[in-house]
Amino acid sequence: MVLPIFLILASLAVALCLLVIKGEKLRQFTVIAGFCVIFVATLGLFRYSAHGVQFIEAHSLLADRLMMAAEIFLSLWLILISIQNKKFSIVLLVLLQALPLFWFEHFGRHVEAEYNIFVDHLSIVVALIVGIVGGLICLYALGYMRDFHAHFRKEVKDRQPLFFFLLFIFLSAMFGVVFSNNLRWLYFFWEVTTICSFLLIGYKQSEESTKNAFLALKLNMLGGLGFAWGLIYLQQNVGMIELDKLMVASKAVVILPVMLLCIAGLAKSAQMPFSSWLLGAMVAPTPVSALLHSSAMVKAGVYLVLRFAYILNGTTAGFMIALIGAVTFLFASFIAITQSDAKKVLAYSTIANLGLIILCAGIGTYQAVWAAMLLIIFHAVAKCLLFLCVGVVEHKIHSRNIEDMSGLIISMPKLSIMLQLGMAGMFLAPFGMLISKWAVLQALVDYNPILAIFLVYGSAATLFYWVKWMGRLLVVTGEAENVEDTVSDSEWFPLITLSFLTVMVCLFFPVIAAILVKPYVEEVFSRTVTMGAGDITIMTIMMAMVALFPLSFIRHGRKVKVVDAYLGGANTPGGVSFCNSFTVPQKMEMKGYYLDKYFGEKRLLPMGVISGAILLLAGLVFCL
Amino acid sequence: MPMKIFFQVLLYIIFAPVVGGILAGLDRKFSARLQGRVGPPVLQPFYDVLKLLEKENLVVRRSQNLYIWFFLVVIIFTGALFFAGGNLLLVAFAFALGSIFFVLAGFKASSPYSFIGAQRELIQIAAYEPAIFFTAIGIYMVTRSFEVHTAVAFPKPLIIFLPGVFFSLFYIMDIKLRKSPFDISTSHHAHQEVVKGITTEFSGKALAAIEVAHWYETVIILGFVYLFCASNIFLGILLSLAAFFAVVFVDNSTARAKWQAVLFSSWIVTFVTSVTNITVLYYLHK
Repeated sequence: MVLPIFLILASLAVALCLLVIKGEKLRQFTVIAGFCVIFVATLGLFRYSAHGVQFIEAHSLLADRLMMAAEIFLSLWLILISIQNKKFSIVLLVLLQALPLFWFEHFGRHVEAEYNIFVDHLSIVVALIVGIVGGLICLYALGYMRDFHAHFRKEVKDRQPLFFFLLFIFLSAMFGVVFSNNLRWLYFFWEVTTICSFLLIGYKQSEESTKNAFLALKLNMLGGLGFAWGLIYLQQNVGMIELDKLMVASKAVVILPVMLLCIAGLAKSAQMPFSSWLLGAMVAPTPVSALLHSSAMVKAGVYLVLRFAYILNGTTAGFMIALIGAVTFLFASFIAITQSDAKKVLAYSTIANLGLIILCAGIGTYQAVWAAMLLIIFHAVAKCLLFLCVGVVEHKIHSRNIEDMSGLIISMPKLSIMLQLGMAGMFLAPFGMLISKWAVLQALVDYNPILAIFLVYGSAATLFYWVKWMGRLLVVTGEAENVEDTVSDSEWFPLITLSFLTVMVCLFFPVIAAILVKPYVEEVFSRTVTMGAGDITIMTIMMAMVALFPLSFIRHGRKVKVVDAYLGGANTPGGVSFCNSFTVPQKMEMKGYYLDKYFGEKRLLPMGVISGAILLLAGLVFCL
Repeated sequence: MPMKIFFQVLLYIIFAPVVGGILAGLDRKFSARLQGRVGPPVLQPFYDVLKLLEKENLVVRRSQNLYIWFFLVVIIFTGALFFAGGNLLLVAFAFALGSIFFVLAGFKASSPYSFIGAQRELIQIAAYEPAIFFTAIGIYMVTRSFEVHTAVAFPKPLIIFLPGVFFSLFYIMDIKLRKSPFDISTSHHAHQEVVKGITTEFSGKALAAIEVAHWYETVIILGFVYLFCASNIFLGILLSLAAFFAVVFVDNSTARAKWQAVLFSSWIVTFVTSVTNITVLYYLHK
């Protein structure tokens, strides 16, 4: 059987097994086996990387019928559950999608797809992320969910079979999204990821998580509406249902449906004005946040928009999408400064980085697409590492407030180093994200330097919030106990692998660029980016320099005399408090800068959402 | 060619601290005269550093000085990239990396004063970063290259095309040279509200390293200024020196600003001058 179809079906099969397995041992075994199969199969995708696009017919009446049946069932179920929870806007959204779709399916123009499945380098890149990073998250979830339920024994009902079922269905649907050439199929998988995320966010069944789950559902259904209507327009007016045909059609004819499809992509990748669902998704257990943020959900969004980069290039609609990305990057980076909840910082940083990718996709030049693909890879690995670390830290220190993380270097040294590595991977030279940011900047100044303004100011904010957090991890006040031994192996394995990957994708980035990114850009634009050999050498030198840093800790601090910190008074023994002017011991405290008055969420988020909405409408209007 | 670059870099590594140190000495002399004092000898900064090298190494956390050593190394590397004629964006990234090592050192020291200083230093970095990037972008818009050597080889003075960008660079020079009104992270006077800010817990060799790194930084930032008039070597040097002493003069005539003023004024000035400048250039080229 061909690999893409195998990946979709294998994940589905593992998911179905997990739904019926009740025993924990057997579940562990199944998840690990599933991970291994998916991992090996994803690596097998490299086989396709030697060639260009490959199409697979995959005609199956059974598959079509099953999808149709599943769609009807899911629509009805959504309507039912929305009515139960009095969310009538969602009922409306479902009806607005489902009814026209079924109507045109039966009474409208019928278009047959020639090839249902395809593989090219962009799908390979995203599939690799889904398979490897997503798979690692599933492994991690084993240990995490055990701790999670031990911790919330009373509050949260143990529904782990459902949980793991959803995780693997998610992976399956993601593979479906990236390999579908038939837009009808793509739409089906798209909706499945929406529903999975809805169920996963609502896993805790608390009031807050139910609320946020419905918010995610609503915003993604809104995007799905764009998808459905774009699909109908394409089918009825243009007579097209395949991605590859769409890509070579004349821009003037397809720009409106493409814009509609991009709305779905923007919603899924949590761009303003849709960004609030991703922030709400933070209530879910950490593996869900990691899956939604780094490898799956949001990557589906940027994947779709990036697909259309070639069509968007040079159009006003494309420029509006680029602006949405730029505005999102700027506002999300600013707001991230004010967040002290680690997961929210990660969420805002995700939104910001996806904004960068969308920005690149919107301008759609060959350099921008090159940069965007690298961003996708680097972001997925480093962000996933950060999420998984925060998940463990939260379980051990019972808080995910950054301010509570001082002394982590003593209490959880390995995790603290991994966190720092992940952060370095997110913004620091010479790590991955910075390489891509450099490429983005280059692409922007060649296209329209005014867009670079957003990047420049946003990057200044980015640096601020990451270093602030990094610094907090280094601060030590008083003694602390090492609590790292209780972290389970199923958590360590993904953490170590991801740390390793974070470094490796940076070291081997010229190779990755050459075998995965360059062929795609060449195929679509017939030209590609070449990085100067000199600059690569310099990056390597910097990498070596940074690599020396951890080594310097061996045998460090020998010829020094350790004294107490200066506290502005007579220190009391222990060095963490001093005698104040009333001769009363006063404990020292160090609080971070959050600049809430200036960059606060309440102040900036509405501004971002409104500008996003205006730009989105403008983009639609320009298509008409 | 590689030989020439090698010598450029070597000259920079050897002479940048000398130039930086002498400038620091001249700065003190000049400031003293402005305040009606005689002032220390011009070579005083070197005596200070030599003396620091003799001192005992006092630390709060054992590893804190490692960050300082890497700060120094990365700053030297940044300058080497710059004086080898390398890519301005890479120079900017490396510059930021160096500064981040310094900030992390401040955090690592785990003292309230260095902690506040480190955060303020971060605000300073956030304040000057945009201007540095716009300098690179502006130079690119004129010369169509991010390379320093192309900028130097450009036949006309860049300042003619980039007056706004130059002004924003001049504005943030004050931050990078740690001068009032923008010296919020390491105040020069230990009795003030944050004691010695980020450097509070550093002594001996580490403090000497911070000093030397600062000399290198001074030379790098003056190198940036030089690029704006690189077509004529004398005018270029004159422009750099004029900018330096203008900053010293401002230092002597202003009181320290709050962080809000540092951050937002830098951003706004950069926006108004650099962005206007770049926008105009963009539409002219179009």
